[in-house]
Amino acid sequence: MEISTKNPDNSDNPDNADNPGNPESLEAPSRLSPPSGAEQKRAARGATRPGDRIFLGLSRGSGIFLLVIMAAIAIFLTYRSVLAISKDESNFLTTLEWNPTAAEPSFGIAVLVYGTVVSSIIAMVIAVPIAVGIALFITHYAPRRLGGAISYVIDLLAAVPSIVYGLWGALVLAPHLIGLYGWLDDYFGWTGILDWQGGAPRSLFTVGILLAIMILPIITSVSREVFRQAPQMHQEAALALGATRWEVIRMSVLPFGRSGIISASMLGLGRALGETMAVATVLSSSFEINASLLDPGGGTFAQNIASKFSEATVMGRDALIASGLVLFVITLLVNGAARMIIARRAEYSGANA
Amino acid sequence: MSQITETQPPSSLQGATLPKWTPWAIAAGSVALGLGISAAAGLDSSIQWGLMAAIFFVGGSYGIAARVEGRRQAKDRVVTSLVWVAFLLAVVPLVSLIWETVKRGVKVFDGYFLTHSMGLIADDEPGGGIYHAILGTLEQVGIATVISVPVGILTAVYLVEYGRGNLAKAVTFFVDVMTGIPSIVAGLFVLSFWILILDMGPSGFAGSMALTILMLPVIVRSTEEMLKLVPNELREASLALGVPKWRTIMKVVLPTSIGGITTGVMLAVARITGETAPVLLLVWGSAFINTDPFDGPQASLPMYIYQQYANSGGAGVAYDRAWAAALTLIGFVMILNLAARGIARWKAPSTGR
Repeated sequence: MEISTKNPDNSDNPDNADNPGNPESLEAPSRLSPPSGAEQKRAARGATRPGDRIFLGLSRGSGIFLLVIMAAIAIFLTYRSVLAISKDESNFLTTLEWNPTAAEPSFGIAVLVYGTVVSSIIAMVIAVPIAVGIALFITHYAPRRLGGAISYVIDLLAAVPSIVYGLWGALVLAPHLIGLYGWLDDYFGWTGILDWQGGAPRSLFTVGILLAIMILPIITSVSREVFRQAPQMHQEAALALGATRWEVIRMSVLPFGRSGIISASMLGLGRALGETMAVATVLSSSFEINASLLDPGGGTFAQNIASKFSEATVMGRDALIASGLVLFVITLLVNGAARMIIARRAEYSGANA
Repeated sequence: MSQITETQPPSSLQGATLPKWTPWAIAAGSVALGLGISAAAGLDSSIQWGLMAAIFFVGGSYGIAARVEGRRQAKDRVVTSLVWVAFLLAVVPLVSLIWETVKRGVKVFDGYFLTHSMGLIADDEPGGGIYHAILGTLEQVGIATVISVPVGILTAVYLVEYGRGNLAKAVTFFVDVMTGIPSIVAGLFVLSFWILILDMGPSGFAGSMALTILMLPVIVRSTEEMLKLVPNELREASLALGVPKWRTIMKVVLPTSIGGITTGVMLAVARITGETAPVLLLVWGSAFINTDPFDGPQASLPMYIYQQYANSGGAGVAYDRAWAAALTLIGFVMILNLAARGIARWKAPSTGR
């Protein structure tokens, strides 16, 4: 009440003199118009009634609760990781074995880093161009109705649970890849990285393909939104100058959407890095680094946690938590960077439309 | 550029163009060529002739178009066909995923399967069902929803209606970051403090906590977007009538956006229903019916799929059960998604784009 009575006195708005009515109605515009710094603070604090104060407290409390969860995740994971790493007899970053339950615990994440990075790179190399292609297809090539239907289907596919992708990858996709593996081995086997010994095609390469399929929807939907917002005037201007459709896209859509594509890819990368069940189902893992991508073996952070968990003691679990902390930090960095890129171009967010 | 000569009628200011059916003809030709080559070379993988046909299509349309229409048009055609190829490449695995799941899932999918548990049935024996898993999933997801919906909506209200300054910025940023937390890390977090530090046993509730962490940011994000769509005039009108801010939010802002919020919640539910990794770490899975989510291991649908796949030792009946459970899970998730989108369309705020 004090605020609302003080307010009209200080303001030099001529309307106030004519309407000396209810002070409540005068309070409203000062809250809603985008105001100066001092007024903003008052608006945020502007809970004068008990109901308002309780509601503000509840909603602010929820926000703080969220921050507390994030902090707790970091603290608890770090705490258990420190417990584990302090007992580790060998270097946590470079060791090529995982024996946390031995008398002299010795474990390291080198294999996991390798497997995670390699499978994610394969996934990105396959998924990003295709996803950008589909996004362009939806926004600029397909007939309007078809485009709507396709984006609907793509969104639905983002909802397919990862375990189903895993089951499909292990029982349907992997057997179908034998032909491709043989072909790659025949023609590119000499490179060493595409050498194939003839085992079941449950390698990092297959995992990469599966991850690519899984992250397609998210990259597609983010870049689709960005392409939609490419300025129509630029495109029409280019068309008027006689540009072909591809030239329009190259000159006006892609430059506008470049940072959007980058951040979409990084969101996809975040998914690929943390994907657990699909990898655990498809990969026949072993704790070693293979030069060849086609031979089974290797592992990723998330897959290692899921498949080692059932046999782990408390010490073993702490070691897995330590590797989980590394994964957490990596995904934080990747997602944080993606969000920064999006935030820098505020026009991408649909909110201010 | 091209000059109008006397031999050409004036209407041909446009360069020569290929007839409209050309892409289809080239597509048919390249598919035939791909099939022919793979038949001649004795290749049996359908991926190979598909890839070959795609390459022939792109190359063929460039060659023909460059001849008739010129380089720029040819480039445009190549990109058009590349975009189409990208779209087809993405559709093939996705169609295959749905098709295989339905085809292999219907084998044992019947009333008996839905109403019986796996108690007393070994993994390599026929029979059994997913009743216990459905029960576990519903309970775990239900608890997670009950916790995260109020907290998520209140956080979004805070961000949109009250939040200014550093706290709101921090919450926004960490909500974004939380969206990218891998599910296994959320599981590890609950594992580290609930099971390792507080020394509780595995239970459905522990899984629910991890699912809450995964669900919260999704709800906050979608609710936030929806609240931002509510026109400011509505708030101003309500405040001008002297209605307190909290009642304005409860009676005007939230009801206006309730359709979008419901959609967001349902999509979040659909997302966490398929999460396997946290359940694997925290609920452990069980072959028996356990109706108490606060005590003892429970089953859950995604977990059931993984166990049938991993513990079966290749027994066909277990794979059949896994596919049938996958069909149930996909069906559930898809129905939720379709319903959510239906609600979004039905109750869309009138100011939507």
